[in-house]
Amino acid sequence: MTDKDNNEEFPAGGVILDGGNADGYETGGWRKLKPVLDKEKCTNCLICWVMCPDSAIIVEDGKVVGFDMEHCKGCGICDVECPPKINAIKMVSEEEAD
Amino acid sequence: MAIENAKSAQVGLTGNSAVALAMKQINPDVCPAYPITPSTAVIETFSSYVADGEVDTELITVESEHSAMSAGIGAAAAGARVMTATSAQGLALMWEMLYIASGMRLPIVMTNVNRALAAPINIHCDHSDSMGARDSGWVQLYSETVQESYDNVFMAVRIAEKVKLPVMVCLDGFITSHAIENMDTIEDADVQAFVGEYEPEVSLLKESELPTTYGAMSLPDSYMVFKKQQSEAMSGAKKVVEEVSAEFAKKFGREYGLIDSYKLDDADVAIVIFNSATGTTRVAVDELRKEGHKVGVMRIRLFRPLPHAEIAEALNGLKAVACLDRVDSFNDFGGPLFNEVRSSIYDLENRPKVISRIYGLGGRDYKVSDARSVFEELLKIVETGTVEDTTKYITI
Ligand code: SF4
Ligand code: SF4
Repeated sequence: MTDKDNNEEFPAGGVILDGGNADGYETGGWRKLKPVLDKEKCTNCLICWVMCPDSAIIVEDGKVVGFDMEHCKGCGICDVECPPKINAIKMVSEEEAD
Repeated sequence: MAIENAKSAQVGLTGNSAVALAMKQINPDVCPAYPITPSTAVIETFSSYVADGEVDTELITVESEHSAMSAGIGAAAAGARVMTATSAQGLALMWEMLYIASGMRLPIVMTNVNRALAAPINIHCDHSDSMGARDSGWVQLYSETVQESYDNVFMAVRIAEKVKLPVMVCLDGFITSHAIENMDTIEDADVQAFVGEYEPEVSLLKESELPTTYGAMSLPDSYMVFKKQQSEAMSGAKKVVEEVSAEFAKKFGREYGLIDSYKLDDADVAIVIFNSATGTTRVAVDELRKEGHKVGVMRIRLFRPLPHAEIAEALNGLKAVACLDRVDSFNDFGGPLFNEVRSSIYDLENRPKVISRIYGLGGRDYKVSDARSVFEELLKIVETGTVEDTTKYITI
């Protein structure tokens, strides 16, 4: 539902016909805090990857490599879910990170 | 009373049995239901058809009318042909879901057996239930007789699926729902040929489709577009009702218009009314015609969408009109029929005077003498040129 110039073509009743189109909706703009990963501490247990509601944890070859900032909305779930003994994710304000 | 086998025949049936028989002959995929007086016998009779294996319908016995409509919405989104029935408080409890059914453009067909809304609690006929739902985005057909209630159910299926809007078929509680009338049934095979298979363009369970999402959020960038589409679908429904009714008349010989005029052509005054009270009014018309008065009656069959142009055309040239509402809008300005008919004729150059009379609430009798008194008031308005009471309760 992003094509604002083509309103009349929207399917009747608001039915969404393309599967997986949430990818086209960038929730990154909602973010106030952003997650920062400490790769030294991370054990790659992937709990954060499972729990992230926006599939914004990027994993390559079984290892967390970063965050998809177009979709990470800064909810902090990954920070909370990362096992306390490890605590590899910290939420910081955007300015602080820059 | 369950009807065994329907050939084209003349039978005596109550309104509820006739609607249940129509549902049996349609054989819908899903019927989520929570019975309520006076429409109980629709679901009771239909459930015996289900129990006897005479239909393939999945009957879902839910815990409330809100759930009945919710289950209907889910089933319709999955691609099922869905039918149910309710009345009064049941319709009121469905309220939230009525708007969701229409907003999601799901062609659910529901019979509403008109009954007064509480409080005080009352089980008898008036139109406060369906009139309250008049802006919920459902097409509304009002039925005068048992025969018409039966016939409207078939037409409702065709209309709903064509315009992608839910349709409510209304008939008067007890007066039509419980009284036995002589009527003609249609053969099962002819019903099936008329309603055809339901093949939605999209649905949750449709094979070869990518996964679809129903009922998603729509923000200011799109919500209004969907409402405009819905509004256009409702406007377009008028033509579809005409086409489907014409096809029905051609196949089965019974003609139904958007409005039904009786002796209006040369009339000076007329009553505009819904449902079963029309017959009573026609008797008064015949009596007064014999006495030399030019009176007539108009029944509104289709109320949503409102056939405003047809109403204006039919009332053009009359001098005074009374709109009889079996419901009050509690607005200090008459019932919904009054307001909408009055608004429909506003652009006529010589528009008639229009008055509102509220009658028959909670099943109060409306007699030929009541119709006569209204006509006499109208004739007096024509004679004197003045309206004493624009709005008034009668039959009290
Ligand atoms: S902050 Fe929330 S959205 Fe962003 S990566 Fe963590 S869990 Fe996902
Ligand atoms: S939950 Fe913590 S330790 Fe586990 S993969 Fe994510 S950041 Fe690494």
